[in-house]
Amino acid sequence: MTVLTRARPRTVHRARSVRNRDGWWAAFFLAPQVAALLVFLAFPLGFAVVLAFMRWDGLGQKEWVGFDNFAAQLSDPEFGLAVWNTVKLALLTVPFGLGLALLIAVALNNVKGGGFYRVLYFLPVVTSSVAVALMWQIILAGDDYGVLNASLERWFGISAPDWLGGPGWVIVAVAVVTIWSSLGLNVVIFLAGLQTIPPQIVEAARMDGAGSLRIFRSVTLPLLSPTIFFSTVVAVISSFQAFDQIYVLVDPADNEGARTIVYQVYELGFKDFRFGMSSAAALILLVLTLLVTLVQFAAQKRLVHYDS
Amino acid sequence: MRPRQVALHAALSLGGLAMLFPFVWMLLTSFKGVRQMLNNPLDWLPHPWRWENYPDALGAMPFGTAYWNSFYIAVLNVTLTLLTSAMAAYAFARIRFRGSGALFVVFLATQMVPAQVTVVPLYLMLARFGWIDSHLSLIVPTIANPFAVFLLRQFIRAVPVELEEAARIDGASRWRCFWHVVLPNIRPGLGALGIIAFLASWNAFFFPLIFLNSPELATVPLLLSQFSGQRTAVDYGLILAASAIAVVPTLIAFLVGQRKIINSMAASGLGGR
Repeated sequence: MTVLTRARPRTVHRARSVRNRDGWWAAFFLAPQVAALLVFLAFPLGFAVVLAFMRWDGLGQKEWVGFDNFAAQLSDPEFGLAVWNTVKLALLTVPFGLGLALLIAVALNNVKGGGFYRVLYFLPVVTSSVAVALMWQIILAGDDYGVLNASLERWFGISAPDWLGGPGWVIVAVAVVTIWSSLGLNVVIFLAGLQTIPPQIVEAARMDGAGSLRIFRSVTLPLLSPTIFFSTVVAVISSFQAFDQIYVLVDPADNEGARTIVYQVYELGFKDFRFGMSSAAALILLVLTLLVTLVQFAAQKRLVHYDS
Repeated sequence: MRPRQVALHAALSLGGLAMLFPFVWMLLTSFKGVRQMLNNPLDWLPHPWRWENYPDALGAMPFGTAYWNSFYIAVLNVTLTLLTSAMAAYAFARIRFRGSGALFVVFLATQMVPAQVTVVPLYLMLARFGWIDSHLSLIVPTIANPFAVFLLRQFIRAVPVELEEAARIDGASRWRCFWHVVLPNIRPGLGALGIIAFLASWNAFFFPLIFLNSPELATVPLLLSQFSGQRTAVDYGLILAASAIAVVPTLIAFLVGQRKIINSMAASGLGGR
């Protein structure tokens, strides 16, 4: 008994010192990442918010202008065009891109030896976006020397528009390139989701006499809905941030049809050196992203099926 | 084979061709001369084959320097990302400390911030450091990588705790446990993340475009993008030869590690973006 009572304080003391030492170890292990996050992410984010309320060209005096930058952007028809183009791009890439990826993933899931296709569809994902845009720029070129328009002319007698030349079709062309280059990633994400669906459930539905379409609608889609939801959120966010392919395919400086919010941020900041204005535009993009994500999460409650 | 299988294979092959088409077309066109391109873009095969397009493309721009720049920046990015994010992941997975959960949530939340929101202040800050038009601007800030921490934490949690406890009873420090017990056991995770980080660094365009000015500092995508301004010159053969040269390293990296890359990107759902 006496031995035990004497032993206890010592173990308590030891446990505390281990925890203290662990605290120092945790700090040591976390230090590089936390420092980098603070310096290169948290601080610039705070700075961006402050800048958005200032007028500053980087050299002269900073001037506090309140909400002027936001008001100027929101009433500028050019910014309105950028918002509209951004939304159009999302409306084209997200439903069509994910729908196509879902079809391919379901097909791959039902086929034997699909590994080869998986690699094929994934190839553009790992290819430099600049190289992808250069390839497509030449395929889509107007004036009959683009291979697409020449083929349409010769085989179908269609005289196609100059996809990249004017404001009319640019967003569609950008959407096609974006869908092509991100398809593989969405396919493998959907495929991973499909492979978690227990075959017994599908078998049971089949025994009850359900056809393929019925199984897809009543079994596959609900069970895959968390994956679809997640991919939709990611796809919307990344379509809002599309830059590389747009910048290379069609410099939006020459073609206002390709002007997006991100391009606006780039131009205001790094061509016009209106840092406050650029930050305001970027914050509007951030708010728009958060709003859309919130709406998606609200919709998720009704549409997404989670195992309980 | 059942007819259904045949139909599926046919549909998937057709789609696969559509995925492959731009690459094949790029390769073939990269051997064509200007006149052939303009006369008839439907002429698939080059005649004559203009092998000179490749040396010409290499000569038109400092590709050698750009390759070296892209390569060493990517290697440094990979090394720094793997080391620092494995350390942080270890702390989150294995060490109990106050505020661990909350800090992890903050880590994940920072991923939501688009690069475009922080790019102007980041530029101003790096200018203050004297890092604009220096490769430091492409190396140091990319250390902050919550995605990598998240991914490696998943791998570390799958390593049995008992392995580490045995070492600790023998008097090993946390660092020794991390270095000699945990790291060797998460090699597949480190490999996958390494390739993702390599590709992300090699293909990066937005930050190099903004942070670099000098031609001799350009990375491969940046150099390549300068061809796009030459739309009117229509020497497509040359442009596509340059693209082909630029794409080769990533395609090799991908084909070597394709299973790892595809699986880990599918599992993380976010890729390196």
